[in-house]
Amino acid sequence: MRRTRITGAIALAATAALALAACSDDSGSGDTGGDTGGEAEGGDSVTIGIKYDQPGLGFMDGDTPTGFDVEVAKYVAGELGYSEDQIEWMESPSAQRETLLSTGQVDMIFATYSITDERREQVSFAGPYFVAGQDLLVAADNTDITGPDTLDGKNLCSVTGSTSAQRIKDEYSEGVNLLEQPGYAECVTALTSGQVDAVTTDDIILAGLGALPENAGQVKVVGNTFSEELYGVGIPQDSDQCEAINEAITKMVDDGAWQEALDAATEGTGYTPNADLNPPEYEPCDM
Amino acid sequence: MKVEKTVLFDAPGPRARRRILLGNIVGAIVVAGLAAVVLVRLGEQGQLEPSLWLNAVDADAWAYYYWPGFLATIRAAAVAIVGAMIFGLVFGVGRLSSRLLVRTVCGAVVEFFRAVPVLLMMVFFWLLFANAGLPSSSYWGVVVALILYNGSVVAELVRSGVHGLPSGQREAGLSIGLTRGQSLRSVEVPQALIAMLPALMSQLVVVLKDSALGAIISYPELLQSARRLGSGNSNILQTLTVAAVLFIVINWSLTKLAERLGRSLKRTSGRTGTTAAGAGVAAVGVSAAGGTDGDTGDAGDAGEGGSGGGDGT
Amino acid sequence: MQEYLDIVREYDVLGAFWVNIQLAFWAALFSLVLGSILALFRISPIPSLQWAGSAYVTVFRNMPLTIIMVFMVLGAWGQLEFSLATDFDTNFFWLAVVGLTIYHAAFVCEAIRSGVNTVPVGQAEAARSIGLPFVAAARLVILPQAFRGAIAPLGNVLIALIKNTTVAAAASVATETSSVMRTMIEFRPDYIYAIFFTFAIGYVILVTPVGLLSTSLSRKLAVAR
Repeated sequence: MRRTRITGAIALAATAALALAACSDDSGSGDTGGDTGGEAEGGDSVTIGIKYDQPGLGFMDGDTPTGFDVEVAKYVAGELGYSEDQIEWMESPSAQRETLLSTGQVDMIFATYSITDERREQVSFAGPYFVAGQDLLVAADNTDITGPDTLDGKNLCSVTGSTSAQRIKDEYSEGVNLLEQPGYAECVTALTSGQVDAVTTDDIILAGLGALPENAGQVKVVGNTFSEELYGVGIPQDSDQCEAINEAITKMVDDGAWQEALDAATEGTGYTPNADLNPPEYEPCDM
Repeated sequence: MKVEKTVLFDAPGPRARRRILLGNIVGAIVVAGLAAVVLVRLGEQGQLEPSLWLNAVDADAWAYYYWPGFLATIRAAAVAIVGAMIFGLVFGVGRLSSRLLVRTVCGAVVEFFRAVPVLLMMVFFWLLFANAGLPSSSYWGVVVALILYNGSVVAELVRSGVHGLPSGQREAGLSIGLTRGQSLRSVEVPQALIAMLPALMSQLVVVLKDSALGAIISYPELLQSARRLGSGNSNILQTLTVAAVLFIVINWSLTKLAERLGRSLKRTSGRTGTTAAGAGVAAVGVSAAGGTDGDTGDAGDAGEGGSGGGDGT
Repeated sequence: MQEYLDIVREYDVLGAFWVNIQLAFWAALFSLVLGSILALFRISPIPSLQWAGSAYVTVFRNMPLTIIMVFMVLGAWGQLEFSLATDFDTNFFWLAVVGLTIYHAAFVCEAIRSGVNTVPVGQAEAARSIGLPFVAAARLVILPQAFRGAIAPLGNVLIALIKNTTVAAAASVATETSSVMRTMIEFRPDYIYAIFFTFAIGYVILVTPVGLLSTSLSRKLAVAR
């Protein structure tokens, strides 16, 4: 008697916990989206992967995605025949982008996705829709940091596992002190409090961080890029959309929406993208 | 504990009371001074701006970040604790098996997963699942790592729980014709489970806290959601503070619940069982929570249950 | 096989473990001291000290270590400019030690308190009856027995501490094991199993002797009653 009650109670607790987990899974996928959602694309919707934590480029502000990547994604999706409410957004952290594409969980990725030969082995790219370059973010009143070779003895912040900080240490300023943080927002916090002298990554990401109202006027992008990052649209290797996406990007540039989105994302930072390279020429699709 | 307090020192007299009062005042001034230094410093850095704090606690923050983050934490923790119980029961009973091979294999598995840091397992399973192309790799990385670690802790709880039972229980089971395995399953383990409940609750606190490691592998649980909110408003310190307070409140409530559960269980077993059985079950609580042979420190909860068993022997 | 050994050497796996061992050593030392003080607070006659001790334990035992580590870097160092060394790497190493100490001191305190609970009331009564005041009674009679009773739980805290040194990754200590393992797997996914088992076995080797030692010590030193 006693035993059945105990087993019953445990079974009940177990079911309750599982049920709870199952329920919250349903309600969760809608608003957290991202990692745990994982539903396949519907008949007439398109799943687009973006960053959720990069203000200015791809950021989930409450339930509304914002940023330059998002604007380009919306425009391209519109040209491909999807209205805004047919788009399903999904978080695409850097480490998982290839997997998301090759397993068909997303149809396109607009997430500061640099085109590299290594990645081309696993996925295809349309575009590029932007050419970024590695740059430095410094305090607004800083004058002695003008480029990557002026960082000896300075404190530099970048995110864990990124190669950009290591590149500065290896190629430009050997005596730089590196702080590794889980995200760029942490880096900017340390920058505004004066504990680090510079934050490094792609210039447009830095500009997006600097454009936040809380940071406005406190930081600036140095504007001396020392690498070229071609942001492409990640698509599965068997995709036949590459040409169509390229046409959409060309149209976006031509009708001024591209420039508008870029200005909105980097407003107030005094940042202008490298004009020689932007807006970029797209690469042929059969690569 | 209560008794000792009154035994260890006299009730303070008027002079001692004055000295204590003076000490309290000095202590309070020192603490307040430190707090003031910290606050002034934060103020200079502009971290006390009301807008930063308001953005960290407004309705949108709760609706789109803390609440989904909390749900994601619960989703991982709930599945992990259930999985850990199943894993723990299987391997805990396996370690008590009369077959040497089963015992050795289960023992090796349990000892292995108890020794490997949870974070290492999370990183490994996350990358393993991601490379294999499984969806939700960071979620399953968190869950599997938590199941393996906490499951092996539960296995130890089961084992020490059964060992803590009076041997008469098993003997009685065998004497009515049950096999060794039947006696384990229908007599000993159920009793051990009841005694384990408070320790299991403490383990749930461990699971909840460890799920925050998921932030390192970008699983959008409470801590990661707070980070994300802070990224958008450049108030990451503020949002992390809110997350920390939430964790403390949740875990503290669970700890209190576990203590109450432990007390009421002790009362029940004292009433229904013989005194010997009662002491035995209470002692299980002690060894289960504190761990007599190399248990996890995270449970570290021997303090509360300890008084009864320790004083009795 | 040879190729894998070269990878292990290239990423300095032994060096990574050495970082974790050092973190564990210093944090264990400091948290034992801080935890003992807190335990004294909790059994002391002064209500405000008892309150301070239990408030500390409540707060830090229920807070994820990851958050403490992030606060050490972003808050203590980033905002309050609390610095422990001019050199960056050394500074973050010690910040991680402080973070680990703050967290585990709460568990050390609880372990010692559980040890105090194993001391029969008669011991305290005897100490008091020969005229020892609180501090002397605690120092000469209660705590020595309590430490012996607390060896098993303290051993568990030490094991947890050794494993938790991996969380120093959240405090920008990039040379410790979990960060190194992650980098290795990201660059050499073909060796993912071998890499994980290398690190896992390393921890088994580190942790198992501690468990065995604390079990045998606690048996040997158990106060016969």
